[in-house]
Amino acid sequence: MIGILGELLITAGVLVFLFLAWQLWFNDLVVGAQQNQAGVSLAQQWRVSTPSTPSAPATPAPSPSDAPQDFGAPSIGTAPANAVQFAVMYVPRFGSNYARSISEGVSTVQVLDKNGIGHYPGTQMPGQVGNFAVAAHRTTHGAPFNGLATLQVGDRIYVQTQDGYYTYQFRGLEYVRPTGVGVLDPVPQSSRTVPTDRVLTMTSCNPMFSAAERIIAYASLKSWQPTSAGPPAAIQSIIAAKG
Amino acid sequence: MYGALWRLMPGPIWLRVVLMVLFFAVILAVLILVVFPWLNTFVNVNDNTVGQ
Repeated sequence: MIGILGELLITAGVLVFLFLAWQLWFNDLVVGAQQNQAGVSLAQQWRVSTPSTPSAPATPAPSPSDAPQDFGAPSIGTAPANAVQFAVMYVPRFGSNYARSISEGVSTVQVLDKNGIGHYPGTQMPGQVGNFAVAAHRTTHGAPFNGLATLQVGDRIYVQTQDGYYTYQFRGLEYVRPTGVGVLDPVPQSSRTVPTDRVLTMTSCNPMFSAAERIIAYASLKSWQPTSAGPPAAIQSIIAAKG
Repeated sequence: MYGALWRLMPGPIWLRVVLMVLFFAVILAVLILVVFPWLNTFVNVNDNTVGQ
């Protein structure tokens, strides 16, 4: 009798450790790879269907670069329906082939646990004056923002939509309480200021494996280039890679 | 419990070992494919959005 009870307890312990290993390591790798794959294929889909910008002249071989040209005011898309993937984020600091899709909405089950990065509804769109605010897991479920605290000032964060490429530059981190919605303001933490900057705000959990606080990363728009101009040099190889 | 399982297995020792390995492989597959994803939806220890 005691022997059976002991075996049951040991089995329960093994099951708990198995679940932890699955959640924190195995599933993270699997889901992360799936999300990256989804991001790359979304980017390649846009590359194939490029002739959506009628005003852009057909430049046959655009030299890919980090936007030496001025393409004027960035094109602003409209937010899609909930859970629809409408953009891809590239962060070289997170890995040389990092490409994760951005979906509309921050629903845990529909977006954050599945697609990865979610866009706060009601905040601005990529390139728009104001605040393009997104959220993602820092641990588990593919952990798109796992490396958020490793960003260094000046790091590039590329956001691609059907219209083009928005190059953001990382400015700094902030730590807030879970109720700190001020980070979503058009001018973060300054709700009454009229925005003039184009800001990207990334939120995730802090500390890792906890929900006690939120880590916030801010970046501001540095340049923009339309799809016809080709991707910035830093992310060109990811998009060109075979899907 | 595991001793009884071992005695339940038929055949010589090598066959019992193979059957036991298969048995635990199936259980592991069910855990990974069904039980763990289901359990995971209840384990939200890492909310990452700000809100009221």
